[in-house]
Amino acid sequence: MFYRETGDFKTSYAGDIQTFPLALDRNRFWIVVAFAFLVVPFFVNSYWEKAVLLPFFIYALAAIGLNILTGYCGQVSLGTGGFMAVGAYACYKFMTGMDIYIPMGGGEYYEILLPPLNIAACIFLGGLTTAFVGILFGLPSLRIKGFYLAVATLAAQFFLVWLFNKWEWTYNYSATGQITATETSLFGILITGPNTEPWATYLFCLTFLFIFGWIARNLVRGRIGRQWMAIRDMDIAAEIIGVNPLKAKLTAFAISSFYIGMAGALYFAVWNGAAEPTESFAIDKSFDVLFMIIIGGLGSIFGSLIGAAFIVLLPVLMKNLLVGMLGWPTDIAEYLQLIVVGGLIVFFLIKEPHGIAALWRTIKEKLRLWPFPY
Amino acid sequence: MNIHAQAAAETDKDYESAEIAHGISPRHIGEVVLEVRNISLRFGGVKAITDVSFDIRDGEIRAIIGPNGAGKSSMLNVINGFYHPQDGEIWFHGKKRKPLKPHQIAQQGIARTFQNIALFKGMTTLDNIMTGRLTMMKSNVFWQAIWQGPAQAEEVRHRETVEKIIDFLEIQAIRKTPVGKLPYGLQKRVELGRALAAEPKLLLLDEPMAGMNVEEKEDMCRFILDVNEEFGTTIALIEHDMGVVMDISDRVVVLDHGEKIGDGTPDEVRSNQEVIDAYLGVSHD
Repeated sequence: MFYRETGDFKTSYAGDIQTFPLALDRNRFWIVVAFAFLVVPFFVNSYWEKAVLLPFFIYALAAIGLNILTGYCGQVSLGTGGFMAVGAYACYKFMTGMDIYIPMGGGEYYEILLPPLNIAACIFLGGLTTAFVGILFGLPSLRIKGFYLAVATLAAQFFLVWLFNKWEWTYNYSATGQITATETSLFGILITGPNTEPWATYLFCLTFLFIFGWIARNLVRGRIGRQWMAIRDMDIAAEIIGVNPLKAKLTAFAISSFYIGMAGALYFAVWNGAAEPTESFAIDKSFDVLFMIIIGGLGSIFGSLIGAAFIVLLPVLMKNLLVGMLGWPTDIAEYLQLIVVGGLIVFFLIKEPHGIAALWRTIKEKLRLWPFPY
Repeated sequence: MNIHAQAAAETDKDYESAEIAHGISPRHIGEVVLEVRNISLRFGGVKAITDVSFDIRDGEIRAIIGPNGAGKSSMLNVINGFYHPQDGEIWFHGKKRKPLKPHQIAQQGIARTFQNIALFKGMTTLDNIMTGRLTMMKSNVFWQAIWQGPAQAEEVRHRETVEKIIDFLEIQAIRKTPVGKLPYGLQKRVELGRALAAEPKLLLLDEPMAGMNVEEKEDMCRFILDVNEEFGTTIALIEHDMGVVMDISDRVVVLDHGEKIGDGTPDEVRSNQEVIDAYLGVSHD
């Protein structure tokens, strides 16, 4: 009744392989997109921007990245926080003017100085840098699997955070060891720095999420995505039908890190404006993003979005409810929120291991026939 | 003309002339496609295969039989590059094959199915069979990312081929079902479809009928024969059901304890004393 498939016929394969094969779904999707792009910017205020929407977009991007690696290619990673740090620091270097010194021997240096780049380019290059680092840390995946690989990526997490604490070049020798976003703009509109307008940063992050979410969806439904899923489901059979495991795993690491790096760059430059490795990119970032994709649904782009929304919005919602409406003390509300999130993770692992995305599929399946299931 | 004589094409010769009369090119068994020469494979001290040689001709159905642990599956693993034998050579299309990785061998046109089904459980039937086309899909990451032009055209083109295979195997109804939910017999069929999608020159089937009931076996036999006749695919299969083996295969090679003990047409193998001993046991006194 609510979910009509009847009468929606396909006459071409191109029509059948669309992301939303049903006109109903497709229209609903475009309405949401139009609303987000055309209506919300006029109403968004600083609270919604900083506390709700930007973190949602940024974590959704990171979750899509991790989902490509873990959900689609089956390689567990606990290095998300570290990779986000790489994106953030690379973005910082590019936005303050990348300076590279290549020792030529005898105390001589060959200097490469780049001018400060456009903010969108910085975010993109932050992603690319992270992709290279991701490939490097993905190399062990060719030998080890499962828990052992997770531990190897954990090494990436700790190493990278240590690196950005110790290597002064990465934070331009600042006394505090912190990196701070400089004021940058796109088409004359401020995107980073202390004086940004909520709608500008909102649209900037939303555009990144929309474009790269769409690209992720295209990648996972085509040749590359099938290679990843084949490796995930049965690596021996994948190899025997012609999938090169080296290529498949390393592309997954590269593209996943690219997304996570961009999320890290946005996190630092647009959302927070400043970052510090031990605080901003600690191991709990890795766990947060992992929880998002487990709760949202492994192997689903939609699941990444839902999972990110869940983890980001639930605390905000509970805080507003308990502190704002019921007048509870803040610390008790915070503990309760941790308990609820933990409980929900356990609940989902037991009840629906494939996450909210699978739950939604079941609901759709039921709605197709409702109210006459036979 | 006697109508009964025409209807009952009893011998192969009758069948062939009937085919010619209907404008169908008859089965043709040609040159040697793949030859294994003096293969020996050891795992530490365990000898899995000892000095085995045989050949597979173009267009034939070649069975590999033998009691449990005879080294049949190991032999297939050697052929598609999963194991590397310590001694011996493999000649493919008249050329000696270098030691290659399994995915490179897949590129050369050897596909296989597995004894224990090795489908991609999280993917639909359609996606599973589409993975069989991966070696033929070439569009680059950029086009894949924006899903326009070459990427979509390629996807649609391969989808057409895959739909033909789906029609051929009569699995239209389960096109979009995740394969993990399918019953065993259908999973075996999907796995055959995935191997066929690669359009292999040589198709290796590891016990395609294991664990099936009589009807499912008959279906599977029909598919194997059709693949062989319609597409001219060369097939090497391992099977334990002697009735099936003797019925459908052109030549049979018999392994026992990693050694070859018989090779020839089903009739020759059936009357080979060593083969009879291996299957029925012989008193050691």
